[in-house]
Amino acid sequence: MIIGILALQGAVSEHQIALEKLAVASKLVLKTTDLQGLDGLIIPGGESTAIKKLMVRENLLEPLKQMVAQGFPVFGTCAGLVLLSQTDSLNGLNGEVVRNGFGRQKDSFEESLTVTGFDTPFMGIFIRAPYLSSVEDGVQVLAKTDDNRIVAASKQNVLVTAFHPELTADTRFHELFIHDFVGQK
Amino acid sequence: MALERVPSDIRAQGGVARMSDPAMIEEIMAAVTIPVMAKSRIGHFAEARILESIGVDYIDESEVLTPADDNYHVDKTQFEVPFVCGCRDLGEALRRIGEGASMLRTKGEPGTGDIIEAVRHMQKVNQQIRQISNEKPENLMAIARDLRAPYELVKEVHDKKKLPVVNFAAGGVSTPADASLMMNLGADGIFVGSGIFKSENPEKFAKAIVAATAHPTDYHLIAEVSKNLGNPMKGIDVATLSDQEKMAPRGME
Repeated sequence: MIIGILALQGAVSEHQIALEKLAVASKLVLKTTDLQGLDGLIIPGGESTAIKKLMVRENLLEPLKQMVAQGFPVFGTCAGLVLLSQTDSLNGLNGEVVRNGFGRQKDSFEESLTVTGFDTPFMGIFIRAPYLSSVEDGVQVLAKTDDNRIVAASKQNVLVTAFHPELTADTRFHELFIHDFVGQK
Repeated sequence: MALERVPSDIRAQGGVARMSDPAMIEEIMAAVTIPVMAKSRIGHFAEARILESIGVDYIDESEVLTPADDNYHVDKTQFEVPFVCGCRDLGEALRRIGEGASMLRTKGEPGTGDIIEAVRHMQKVNQQIRQISNEKPENLMAIARDLRAPYELVKEVHDKKKLPVVNFAAGGVSTPADASLMMNLGADGIFVGSGIFKSENPEKFAKAIVAATAHPTDYHLIAEVSKNLGNPMKGIDVATLSDQEKMAPRGME
């Protein structure tokens, strides 16, 4: 199994380390040909506008959008959630995304979250994070903040979190992606 | 970075360089959805508090502005907003982290368009990290003494074989090739100001430098984006600057 990590900008090495811990091989994705032979892809946190512009420049956006539509497993964190939710980006999850939904950098925070399927809470690290203000049918909400904003969700081959699991030592979201999304494609 | 004048203008015009007008910074914050950074003078915690109060995303406690305190940097642990600071060697890097900096950058020599100082600083920091990583644990206190750096941070660098925070390249980057060079020397990202705005085609230069930063080892791509960019900033050979004209030594302690 090889999991790609979109490596145009953002928290790339942190996802590499998380996959290493799970003994899963990873490959950095920088251009279209890098998408070949992957079993799944992680779209990391970073700055979604910058990542999108670089994806367009590298002709990565359209091929990836098609792959996602055809069932290719993807896991997006923070900016990855933004890109997967925007219809004019990857359009992988039908939902309304609010960018920088909690405010600016200094409004970043950590919150312990109850996540569907996890026995114990997960510490969410939110950095200029987005959230989903609504999701359409077929999208499963996995976690909400205390003030009821959707911050983790999934739909068939797509897993998204508004927070950064890769910045914690807790690999449960990565395990979930590997086992339930990549494993079942 | 919200800044009224790029470093090359500050250098050319002289006088005291201060925090930018908060109205201009707010205007930029309102115009974009990406994070906005602004500069405060070294040690000027009031400027930093003002920038924090208007909600800038990061503060650069910068030697590009005229230092306000030649002894103490801002105590950055007291702020909610993250800071980036310049460094020329590992001791300086770890002192800034000890004061609460969340990110580092090379000082380079701002506004010159000459990459040599940024290269020196990046090489120096990484060389010192390699040396410490291979050192015996019992020698770390003496190393901390020699570096004039907090022991706990020296130990962390020894154990992890890397800095505890990201380190960007800044101060003299002016072409896509410069950006590629610095990324390959181990930078986590690139700061460019004068190199873009003092070039013949700022927009083209900006796009090309971004592409080179995202693909630092793809030399075919960097060659493509480097074609027909027009003239880069004219620049100043750092070797012709007198010590008084250099910005990097500011706030060394």
